Amino acid sequence: MSDSALRVPPAPYQVRPDAGGAATLLVTGHGAGGPAPKRIVVGYGFWIFLLSDVVMFSALFATYAVLFKNTAGGPTARELFDLRNTAAETGCLLASTFACGMASLAVAERSLKWTQITLLVTGLLGLSFLSLEFREFAHFVHAGAGPSRSAFLSSFFALVGCHGAHVTAGLLWLGTMMAQFHFKGFREDIRHRFLCFSLFWHALDIIWVAIFSLVYLVGTLPPEMLP
Amino acid sequence: MWGKLSLQAIPLDQPIPLVSGAAVIVALGALLIWITVKGYVPYLWREWITSVDHKRIGIMYFVLGLVMLLRGFIDALMMRSQQALAFHAAGYLPPEHYDQIFSAHGTIMIFFVAMPLVIGLMNFVVPLQLGVRDVAFPTLNSVGLWLTAAGALLVNVSLVVGEFARVGWLPFPPLSELTYSPGVGVDYYLWSLQISGIGTLMTGINMVTTILKMRAPGMSYMRMPIFCWTSLASSLLIVAAFPILTATLAMLLLDRYADFHFFTNAAGGNPMMFMNLIWAWGHPEVYILILPAFGVFSEVVATFSGKSLFGRRSMIIATMAICILSFSVWLHHFFTMGAGGDVNGFFGIASMIIAVPTGVKIFNWLFTMYGGRIRFDSAMLWAVGFMVTFVIGGMTGVLLASPAADFMLHNSLFLVAHFHNTIIGGVVFGVFAGYTYWFPKAFGFRLNEALGKAAFWCWLVGFYVAFMPLYVLGLEGMTRRMQHYDRPEWHPWVLVAGVGALIILGGIVLQIAQLVSSIRNRERLREPTGDPWNARTLEWATASPPPAFNFAVLPTVTSEEPYWDSKSRAREAGRWVSEEPRYQPIEMPRNSATGFVTAFFAVVTGFSLIWHIWWLVIVGLVGAYVTFVFFAWRDIAETEISAEEVARLDRANREARAAAFAPQALP
Repeated sequence: MSDSALRVPPAPYQVRPDAGGAATLLVTGHGAGGPAPKRIVVGYGFWIFLLSDVVMFSALFATYAVLFKNTAGGPTARELFDLRNTAAETGCLLASTFACGMASLAVAERSLKWTQITLLVTGLLGLSFLSLEFREFAHFVHAGAGPSRSAFLSSFFALVGCHGAHVTAGLLWLGTMMAQFHFKGFREDIRHRFLCFSLFWHALDIIWVAIFSLVYLVGTLPPEMLP
Repeated sequence: MWGKLSLQAIPLDQPIPLVSGAAVIVALGALLIWITVKGYVPYLWREWITSVDHKRIGIMYFVLGLVMLLRGFIDALMMRSQQALAFHAAGYLPPEHYDQIFSAHGTIMIFFVAMPLVIGLMNFVVPLQLGVRDVAFPTLNSVGLWLTAAGALLVNVSLVVGEFARVGWLPFPPLSELTYSPGVGVDYYLWSLQISGIGTLMTGINMVTTILKMRAPGMSYMRMPIFCWTSLASSLLIVAAFPILTATLAMLLLDRYADFHFFTNAAGGNPMMFMNLIWAWGHPEVYILILPAFGVFSEVVATFSGKSLFGRRSMIIATMAICILSFSVWLHHFFTMGAGGDVNGFFGIASMIIAVPTGVKIFNWLFTMYGGRIRFDSAMLWAVGFMVTFVIGGMTGVLLASPAADFMLHNSLFLVAHFHNTIIGGVVFGVFAGYTYWFPKAFGFRLNEALGKAAFWCWLVGFYVAFMPLYVLGLEGMTRRMQHYDRPEWHPWVLVAGVGALIILGGIVLQIAQLVSSIRNRERLREPTGDPWNARTLEWATASPPPAFNFAVLPTVTSEEPYWDSKSRAREAGRWVSEEPRYQPIEMPRNSATGFVTAFFAVVTGFSLIWHIWWLVIVGLVGAYVTFVFFAWRDIAETEISAEEVARLDRANREARAAAFAPQALP
């Protein structure tokens, strides 16, 4: 790896240290120090994006809640859901996010070998999750419980499928990330991207915990316990 | 191979869209040929299309908004003339065409006029006011611009290939479902908005990050200019509201494309859920538009009254209160759903409460003017015209917020008059005030004042003549979107409204004349000091037009009006007081074609989704992915501007300031 690849670029904006003198910088509230460093800005912006994504999922959750009982004479959640499959999916995803956490440690240690190994494990577990989800979806469609059957199933497939689409996009990103580490090394901007990726991957877990609880666990409650 | 697309998609039987479409194509073609022959293509590509400079991007957003304003306004003229002719008659627009026109008018005016104009101003002004060199994510900014342009392009393509939606500016199901709208019109609408919506979300994220994490040293929250505050509130609303729009439109797309049942009448779907979801986005959307306009007025009123803004803290609190309250009123758009007295009562009261912080703002502007040395330049005229007009619009809004009144008035022209009253009187006047105010900053010369004032009076008078009759018509029971009617008592008012639209047309013609004349006489209107209005905030501390890096040295902020204070010090000292800084080289983000190329693939994807050309969808998506990987692979993200170049550009600015504050130049 060349020196230039490892060179830390200068902070985005240099502030003249003697500009105005130290006394004038004594202000209340945030903003005293000028623009934040690049890493903060990138991470912060990505958090804002994740919040917007959570808002999108909330719209889908709300829709699911409204349409939950609109089964139009078709199968109900309790008849369809198999919690063993959901448990396996959850296990895959949580293990995947753990592996992603390990990858963050490997990046911090600048170990290319362990970064790639942990990222590969992250990806394989994500792929296992997706194949379990796909199998469940295929099973439903085969049993005549596809998204066209009822409004309840439409909202189920849209909500859970939207999470699955996020995982798919995440896997594509993961592959690209691994290629970047391979070809470009631990350059600062690539580490920033990896920070965003790991945030994304963990956020998908948070969404999944909500799906697991509100869709699968609540869906399989006996009817008399439902509101 | 080509999905649903065939030669029948071109409306050969409808002369109006065909001729206008052909005219636009010829004009665009001629423009492209002229640009190519003159050799401007490399310049445009290098300096504008691939630019990631927030100022250039802001200007391009604004140009997009102005061009689309012409398109949307032509739709308005067609509607007014149709209704003028269609008393006991068929008029010249058949219903299926008339329905497309009112749908396109609303869609274009909100998504492709108001949004780009407001976002354009935010992009141009916010980093300058914050005293920094660019937004947080410059390339993302460019992607956002070009995705918005991609959406606008798709809407315009629908003019000549296929049709546009006939369901109104919001596609309410079940009318917008496949059963009742089998054509491609609704699909054009949905995919255009999905694409441009992603662009808007990117801008929102970018602005929030910029404002919260990138400010000049010393600029605490309470020292931020009001326009930055309102931009922050607007961007927060974008981040919180646009994902709901994306999700809602995605559900309607699934209904139409994959036989889902979210909003259908059959299989347990619930059309009223669409109303709730779309207005949970739609009401915050009106504040996304109006809040930056409030920011413009705050800057303009303070500058042209020669005073600090009155009640700055209350202005900020009012802004953030509106930001939060805007999410608690969506149901007032459909009181007639029948949610019951308690629910309607809650949303009615919540809607009325928003008038309180808005009233605080109005009084703050009035008290800023009180005792001030007011200069009635055209930017200030827009602000004063706004205050009068917007208060009327706000009061009719409070009227409509009463569920009992709303049951009588909803869906009538009273409602149409109300929201035009607030959007034209608020957003459009605000955008034009900002346009007049910041034009010299962007280009280094002022706009022609006489033509600007004439345009203002045409807009103001035209607005009242065009929309006050609509209040009367609404009270007389005329519903919106009527292709023809037979009530004789309506006809005179409809004719008056048509005259009003023509007066507004006069205003637009004068604005075009103003722009052309100002460019031709730019040497006479040149403004060397960088501060033509004796203004107060940081954007006026740099040259006009500002250098790519905005500020040679980031300003250190010690008060709420840092530039005004440095001018005051200069007046006291009798000269411009500041030491020449030690200039250092500046790293600026490199230009990137990512935005333009991504938008190209977005257009390909959107168009092929509309026409069910599945292989081309895959081509478009793969193309967009490859573009991102290509961007991720680049090694050099920044270019360096040498210290000598920085010094050269900054010294010119400093000399201009020093000349303006030389003892003989001071009053």
